[in-house]
Order: sequence, then C-alpha cells, then structure tokens
Amino acid sequence: MANMSLKKNEMPVQEPDVRNKNFKEVALGYTEEQAIDEAKRCLNCKNKPCTTGCPVQIDIPAFIAKVAEGDFAGAYEVIARSSSLPAVCGRVCPQENQCEGKCVRGIKGEPVAIGRLERFVADWHNAQPETAVNKPASNGHKAAVIGSGPSGLACASDLAKKGYDVTVFEALHVAGGVLSYGIPEFRLPKSIVQKEIEGLKALGVKVETNTVVGKTISVDELMKEEGFESVFIGSGAGLPRFMNIPGENLNGVYSANEFLTRINLMKAYKPDSSTPIKAGTKAVIVGGGNVAMDAARCAKRLGADVYIVYRRTETELPARAEEVEHAKEEGIIFKFLTNPVEIKSTEDGWVKSVVCQQMELSEPDASGRAKPVPIEGAFIEIDADCVIMSIGTSPNPLIKSTTSGLDTQKWGGIVADEAGKTSKEGVYAGGDAVTGAATVILAMGAGKKAAAAMDEYMQNK
Amino acid sequence: MFEILEKRSLNPTVTLMKINAPRVAKKAEPGQFIILRTDSEGERIPLTIADFDRNAGTVTIIFQIVGATTEKLNHLNEGDCLQDFVGPLGRATETEGLKKVAVVGGGVGCAIAYPVAKKLHDLGVEVHSIVGFRNKDLVILEDEFRAASSKFVLMSDDGTAGEKGLVTDALKKLIESGEKYDRVITIGPLIMMKFVCRLTKEYEIPTVASMNPIMIDGTGMCGGCRLTVGGETKFACVDGPEFDGHLIDFDEAMARGAMYKPFERHAYEEACNLFKEVK
Repeated sequence: MANMSLKKNEMPVQEPDVRNKNFKEVALGYTEEQAIDEAKRCLNCKNKPCTTGCPVQIDIPAFIAKVAEGDFAGAYEVIARSSSLPAVCGRVCPQENQCEGKCVRGIKGEPVAIGRLERFVADWHNAQPETAVNKPASNGHKAAVIGSGPSGLACASDLAKKGYDVTVFEALHVAGGVLSYGIPEFRLPKSIVQKEIEGLKALGVKVETNTVVGKTISVDELMKEEGFESVFIGSGAGLPRFMNIPGENLNGVYSANEFLTRINLMKAYKPDSSTPIKAGTKAVIVGGGNVAMDAARCAKRLGADVYIVYRRTETELPARAEEVEHAKEEGIIFKFLTNPVEIKSTEDGWVKSVVCQQMELSEPDASGRAKPVPIEGAFIEIDADCVIMSIGTSPNPLIKSTTSGLDTQKWGGIVADEAGKTSKEGVYAGGDAVTGAATVILAMGAGKKAAAAMDEYMQNK
Repeated sequence: MFEILEKRSLNPTVTLMKINAPRVAKKAEPGQFIILRTDSEGERIPLTIADFDRNAGTVTIIFQIVGATTEKLNHLNEGDCLQDFVGPLGRATETEGLKKVAVVGGGVGCAIAYPVAKKLHDLGVEVHSIVGFRNKDLVILEDEFRAASSKFVLMSDDGTAGEKGLVTDALKKLIESGEKYDRVITIGPLIMMKFVCRLTKEYEIPTVASMNPIMIDGTGMCGGCRLTVGGETKFACVDGPEFDGHLIDFDEAMARGAMYKPFERHAYEEACNLFKEVK
C-alpha cells in the first residue's frame, strides 16, 4: 500500500541561524527510514511522467521501487545506467521543473521527493566500501574532452565506458568546472565532486589540469598533432556580464564569478587562505538566479548583511525554489522591482552605495516573463560596501577564436545540432558553451548525447 | 610537474627561475604571461613570461619578492616543483610594421620589457631601451638590454647607476633630440606608465602599456582584472595585457591594484615570520 501522505518527508537541515555562519552542507540528507517512507509515496505509474521530465531519462519509478524495498544497491544500479553524477544532481537539479514537476502526486499535494531520494541513494553508495571498478577494454580510439564541468564529465564517462582512451583538459588547477568554482560547499560539498572525478579516473579517464585549450593547445593541434579522433567542447559559459553602469569598477564590486571563485575554488572563506575576499558589512547582490542566491548566501556566511536586488518580482525569480527559500530563512533581504543604475564611491575609491531605479511590471516580454519598466523618478539608495553582479554569463570566446571552421552564434554560443555535432568534422559540443548559461543536468544530458554521436562517428570513420 | 631547473638571484629582491613547462614553452610569445601556484593551498599569481626555449621546453620567469606568494616562491630551489603553471595567457606583443621603437621599463617591469626588446631587435627593428631603477643594487638585465638595443639609457632615482632622474626625463630628451619613434612600449609601475603615456601623448607617439592587475583565473572568467580603456571595460587577461596607453584609466587601475593591500601586507609579514621560524 502506497504512503498517501500529501507532503514530502521533510529534509533534515542545519538550523538557519546556525548554518548562515558556516560553510558546511545545509541539507543533511534522508535517513534510511525516511527514504523508504518517501519512496512508498511513489505510485509507480506505468507511463512514467517523471522520467520524461529528466534530461538524462533516469528510470525513476524503478529506482524508487528499489528504495522502497530497502535495496539501495539495486536503486543505485538503476540510476547509474543513465546518470554519471547522481550525488551532484540529487543536490543541484531544479527538480520542481523537471521530474517532480511531472509527478502525479504533485497534482494534489506535494510530488514525490525524487531529488532527495536520488541524493540518498548516491550518498548511500558513496558510503559503501570501494569496490574494484572493471576498467572497460580499450577499443583503440582516442577522444578529447575540453572542460571538466558537468557536460564534459558526462561525455567522458560514457566514452570511457565504451572503451575509448579519453583525456579531459581543464583550464583551472582543479577539475569540476562550475561544480568546483561556482556552486558553494554548503550546497555541494567539494569532496563529492572530487569523488565523482576519482570515479572517472578509475574508468581510465585522464584529466589534464592547467591546460587552456585555445592558448596552451588548440583544437586543431589536438586532432592533428596529438591524435585525438574526436573532440567534445564543454567549455561552459564562463564570461561574466556587467551592467555597464557608472561605478562598476570601484573597489568592492565583484562579478559573481570572481566572488564565488575566490570562495569555492580558492577557499577564501577559510581564515588561513592565501586568497583574500571582502564581502564587507553590507553586500548588495544584483540578480535573481541560482548564482545570485549562492553569492548572497556566501556573503551572509562571511558576516555581511545581504540584500538581493532583482528587477522583477518573486514570481519571476529564475532560481530554484529551494535556494530562494533557504536564502530567506538565512536572513537575506530581497528587494524586488529594483534595478541598479549607479554605484556611488567613497573618497578613496570604494563602494559607498547603490542607486536603484524602482520598477513595475508590464506586458510579458519575448521570454514570456512580465517585462519590468522603470517608474519615472522613483529611486532608492542602498548603503553598501560590496556589490556582486550576478546578471549572467556568456560563452568564453577563446575556443571559437582559435578553432578553424567552428561556427558560433552571434552571442558566442557554439552552433551544434541535437546530437552535439558542430560545423567542424569530428568536433562536438554541448552544455552552456552551446546553450548559454543553463543547468547542470541539461549540460550532462548534452554531454551524454554527444558521447553517443562521437562513438558513432569514430566507429564509422 | 613543473620543475625549477635553474634559479638565480638578479638582485636582492628579484629572482629568475627557469621552469620545465614544455606545453607552455611551445606556444609562448613575448608579452604573454603565466599563472602559477607554489603549493596546493597557494593563491594563483600572474607573472609575465621573461623568456622561453621551445626546444628545451622551458619558460623563464622573473619576479620581485613583494608578497606572501613571491616570498614562498623564492624559498623554492632548483629541483623543487611548482604545484601549477598554466599558460601562455593573454595576447602577444604586436610587432608588425614597426621600424623604430622606444622600450621604457621600470624596476622589475624590465624583466617583461626585455623579451619585447629582444624580439623587436631580432625582427630588425631599431630599439632604444630606457630603463629605470631606484638605485644601482636593483639594476637587472643590463647586459641583455645592451645587446638588444641600438641605444641604451640607464636611469636611477639616486644617480648611483647611469643618469640620475626618471625614465620620462630620458625619453623626453631623446624625443626632443629628434628621435622619431613609431611606437613606445612601456612596462613598469602604474605611476611610471601613467607619466610615460602622458608624455608621449603630447608628442602623439602611439604607446602601448603592459598592465598587471589582480587576477584569478586568467582566462576571462572572473573579471577581477578589468580596467577601463577608452571608456570601455576590458579584461587584462584576455583583451590584454597590453593596451593603448593613451586610453587607459590609470587612476582607476591604481585604486583597483590597492584593493587588498592590507591583506597582502599582513600575509607577507606572516610568510616572512614563518620562514624566520624555520631558520
């Protein structure tokens, strides 16, 4: 008999007033009892609407059925058939718009907590003693993956499982891409990311850090001189946007990328870190996406009073619902319908305040969201000593400008078809480098599709 | 790993290191830079490439001991390895079409100015090098500059090496004496470059300044190295490090450069104390 509770089993979390002062993980994870109880809420629908909402098509009812039986190893096997990063996705996927958004139980009451169950299964698996990995037999073909973020890791994993000799090239000194430099420790512990990468290495994948493709070596050189038959470009969307308003280059103004990189990659939040960070006493974060929530919650943990300034209303916030909820609980103040127009300076060149135009919503724009328009003459000034611009990123032009015959969109995204095939023979692309800034799971889905296409290409060459 | 193959002290505060980094050496060009970390907890610091040997697979860096990381770096010896060494980053110095160039370097900036002078010299460009230091103990690469320049002027603040005065004094004298440069390339402290650019603007000589701002990734990702050039925001790491000196907002660059001064001073003192204790 299914558990007919209308509500999800609640996720145990660190108390808001405790966690907003530390960088440890916020959500603590289900116990076995909670997981089994939650799994019993699944109706095991024949047509699996949840699976259609999953970018990597995990057989969700099947893994949940295993959890309900207490067969966690079996549950992991089901997930691992489709996903190479379940411990990551269980934590950072926007489930409310994907699997859980399609769950029948969500029509009346809350959907099954699919994300929490995925996380439970992955964490359970990671806590088991290591089992020897069966390294697949080599098929004699060499493939390169550029970028070690979600799309690159997914692509490398699928290719390695098919026996390809895969090398992942990473520009930074640590692999993981946005999972390492972007998403904070309290939402995605770095030990989990490294564990996933170690898993890939056990499959035989080589990871070359400190290699900036487009500078250290080009795509053409990889193919012509180093013998890579096919290349996957998963270089992400790492170029930060600024608003181009007066005062944006003052001391104390960061891009979210810089702020988060200092904290996550360089560990600037640790007292003995050799990389500094200044979140100030009053920080203003501009933007409403997941990255803005991450930056805000980091600034809070570094001791600042934090304001999120967003030009639309709460309904239009693009961030995951859970992140907004957590941010609010932690004491972050939202200023909706406000848009910065100028950052004012102290005498010695530091941020003093942010002048914001007040907005109202009018007709929906091309994206379907209500368009914010200025209310004439209505301004507010917010005192601040730190401003973090979190208004989006675009693909880095480095690879485009150094790869012959690779077509890109006007805005910088690489042109690729559904399977990831680009205008250059043997070269595939996916993730944010193609779509512009999106989600971890969409990037993973693109990496997997490209791996299948690259396999076909190399086998038929 | 990135082994230190050679270490040489150029003066009491400036050190040269030759690093084994074949991939970087293969692609390096004058004007570009690398980013390194000394250890697994270290910060990322950008250093301009002073020289490279494609056949030997080595890259030479020259650094001044100014902070915690350069202090730590200076405590490494031949045979030790750097944790990370990535590059070449940034754009190379543009040399096309040049016939006569004045290279103006100040302090440790001369380490970066030298490979530029050498490349121009090798390309058959007439090079006049003007280099300035605080005093004679701090002079570096004098012989190398002489070999790469048809005219070499050494300046020092206190007159203990070459002539007493600023590099701008020497540059002005050369211009007034009728030397016609089709470009001035300046590398050194921001304040020096600001005044070099102000001078060459008066004479309408195209001038390039090499910027060395605070930087993390060096690939265009963080925007920490941004500066204003001709009213537009540019990233030194991917758009530079060299820019039209007449368009750079040097005052903003100087303010941004001072952003972490108190932190840096503290970290430097701590690093120095640590090494004292070890001794």
